[in-house]
Amino acid sequence: MTSPSDLLYTQEEEAVRSAVRSLLADRCDPAALPARAESDRPHDRELWKALTEGMGLAGLLVPEERGGQGATHREAAVVLEELGRAVAPVPYLTSAVIATEALLGCGGEAADLLAALASGRTVGALAVPFATAPGAAFPSARYADGVLHGEVTGVADAAAADVLLVPSDSGLFAVDTGRGGVTVTALTSLDRTRPLAAVTLGAAPARLLTTDAAAAVRRGLRAGAGLLASEQLGLAEWCLTETVRHTKERHQFNRPVGSFQALKHRLAQVWLDVVNTRAVARHAADALATGSDEPDLATALAQAYASPVAVRAAEEALQLHGGIGMTWEHPVHLALKRAKADSIALGTAGRHKEALAGLVALPPP
Amino acid sequence: MTDAAELRRRTREFLAAHPPAATGRDAFLKARFDAGLAWVHYPEGLGGLGAPRTLQAVVDAELEAAGAPDNDPRRIGIGLGMAAPTILGFGTEEQKRRFLRPLWAGEEVWCQLFSEPGAGSDLAALGTRAVREGDTWVVTGQKVWTSSAHLARWAILIARTDPDVPKHRGITYFVCDMSDPGVEVRPLRQITGEAEFNEVFLTGVRIPDAHRIGEVGDGWRVAQTTLMNERVSIGGARLPREGGMIEPLARTWRERPELRTHDLHQRLLTLWVEAEVARLTGERLRQQLVAGQPGPEGSGMKLGFARLNQAISGLEVELLGQEGLLYDDWTMRRPEGVDFFGRGAGYRYLRAKGNSIEGGTSEVLLNIVAERVLGLPPEPRTDKDVAWKDLAR
Repeated sequence: MTSPSDLLYTQEEEAVRSAVRSLLADRCDPAALPARAESDRPHDRELWKALTEGMGLAGLLVPEERGGQGATHREAAVVLEELGRAVAPVPYLTSAVIATEALLGCGGEAADLLAALASGRTVGALAVPFATAPGAAFPSARYADGVLHGEVTGVADAAAADVLLVPSDSGLFAVDTGRGGVTVTALTSLDRTRPLAAVTLGAAPARLLTTDAAAAVRRGLRAGAGLLASEQLGLAEWCLTETVRHTKERHQFNRPVGSFQALKHRLAQVWLDVVNTRAVARHAADALATGSDEPDLATALAQAYASPVAVRAAEEALQLHGGIGMTWEHPVHLALKRAKADSIALGTAGRHKEALAGLVALPPP
Repeated sequence: MTDAAELRRRTREFLAAHPPAATGRDAFLKARFDAGLAWVHYPEGLGGLGAPRTLQAVVDAELEAAGAPDNDPRRIGIGLGMAAPTILGFGTEEQKRRFLRPLWAGEEVWCQLFSEPGAGSDLAALGTRAVREGDTWVVTGQKVWTSSAHLARWAILIARTDPDVPKHRGITYFVCDMSDPGVEVRPLRQITGEAEFNEVFLTGVRIPDAHRIGEVGDGWRVAQTTLMNERVSIGGARLPREGGMIEPLARTWRERPELRTHDLHQRLLTLWVEAEVARLTGERLRQQLVAGQPGPEGSGMKLGFARLNQAISGLEVELLGQEGLLYDDWTMRRPEGVDFFGRGAGYRYLRAKGNSIEGGTSEVLLNIVAERVLGLPPEPRTDKDVAWKDLAR
């Protein structure tokens, strides 16, 4: 039996949480989110600036000598809990976690870009479909004579990215979206707070980051999947808290609806699911941070468990808010859309269970 | 003030004076009690030293390393976990001196006479009557789900002493002598074929007033202490991965490829994930307690395990297919504890059904989580201000 991972929050992690939470309370009003999601600029640039340039949070995974904050996945997970709670429209998971982690798997060629992403002034996106699980196949561009050709669709936050990390047959390349040869077309997405886009590369100038694209992509997606569980935890917690508040206040049949046993049992069950999700999300974050207790296993376990919990919490929240939950004004639909999209992102729960079957020697028939 | 180093020194001195290999089991346990090393948080003279409860681990580690006999907490669980803290909290000095030492040493086994056929989750509705005759109480009624009653010397008992007041107020708490001629213990055979529990019939049982614990009519409050301690003692063990009910299921899956189907595989993986997550939640709870940050998470652990044990053992029977149609043994037995891993899958499946009832039904525990953890409003109560005798039954 390996020594158990540290599943609690440290004081430093709690300090990060309270700083992020109070910033989000000021700058990310749930009531304003639906309007923003409908606008041409779904990403909140000002909020991103406050989180990154103001608080240095984009560089948590990057060592200080490489231009980052020298923290770990444990702190980044806490940031994601808070961003998940707010369904915040910022490219944190895609740029500060997935793209950054992919760059950490590259050599010296990636140094400048890594530091730029860590500062938050440059936003990066890994150009693979958002549904790709760690270790799964992904589209690959063709490289010849310093330029890339290819198409990839369903890339999360590509519309907000300054740089795309593009896997090709010759390795992983960096492509600046501001230069010629790159077309990023926004897609109408289920979750408009983390919109998808199609990327077309027609002789796009590119620079090589590493020849082993598969390893870098896998590393990026694994960190993304492991920490996505923390976003799902925050989201599920928000759904529970809001629904408890609502059912205590809302009266029907001359009683608060929260006093009906049928509702209480459902909310108690969501609470139990959230308690479990916290343990498994912390386990994944700790395994990624320390490399102990098999990060592949911890990540697959976390995604197999947290995805359905977040969806269930959001669905219960919607149902228990009654008609109010079906309206555009109430933010619960944003949580549901994020939760459902998250359940497909970076591999479905079923895909991660299949991976687990191999990792824990429970083979299929 | 006793610290860890001081306790370690005391324990080593005790071991030197009473070498486990050369001291009889009973003599060793009694001497340990007298040395204050039984439960260090109890007062001096009652098996303890008035030390912080957490320091018991220091003593236990030293004793275990020295190969000392333990007091078989499994056999004396009810006395240890429920009767002792209640007697300590509410008993007279005389009661403490009479009962705690033989209880702790396992010389006298205890059982618990709380539940009744008509009062399970609604425990305070109980109807067993205790009527005062001078210095004696005469008790008549029926109790159920009593483990160890056939082995017990003593029982903790709650009975109705005033039917004319609302149900929570007319209850009194007693120690009942199981050798009284009015006590009849009958095995209660369960769905597993075993009789792990008993029914207890009380007919004119005479309990001296000196065996009353707490004030007349204050039994409900005293029982809360007992029940709180029961819940504390459930759960808390540290398991390795695949350490629980999932182990025999995973083993069968690995060893018997011919039984595998795609549907069973999907369900196995889902339950494997849930079992591992539940294990991590237990680990996180343990880390919280060690760090001095107890949270409400423990309230949910039993709920989760009950559901999971039932689902896992149910799948195990199904995986076995044709063999799942067989049962290992229906012989009526009287086991001293639950033997989940010494028996077949069918036994595990049937016995696990009790996990969502014993120690509080899942429905009641969900209410507790909803009201005490989430702060949801209670359901309206219609029994609060009605005399017990006027309640519908």
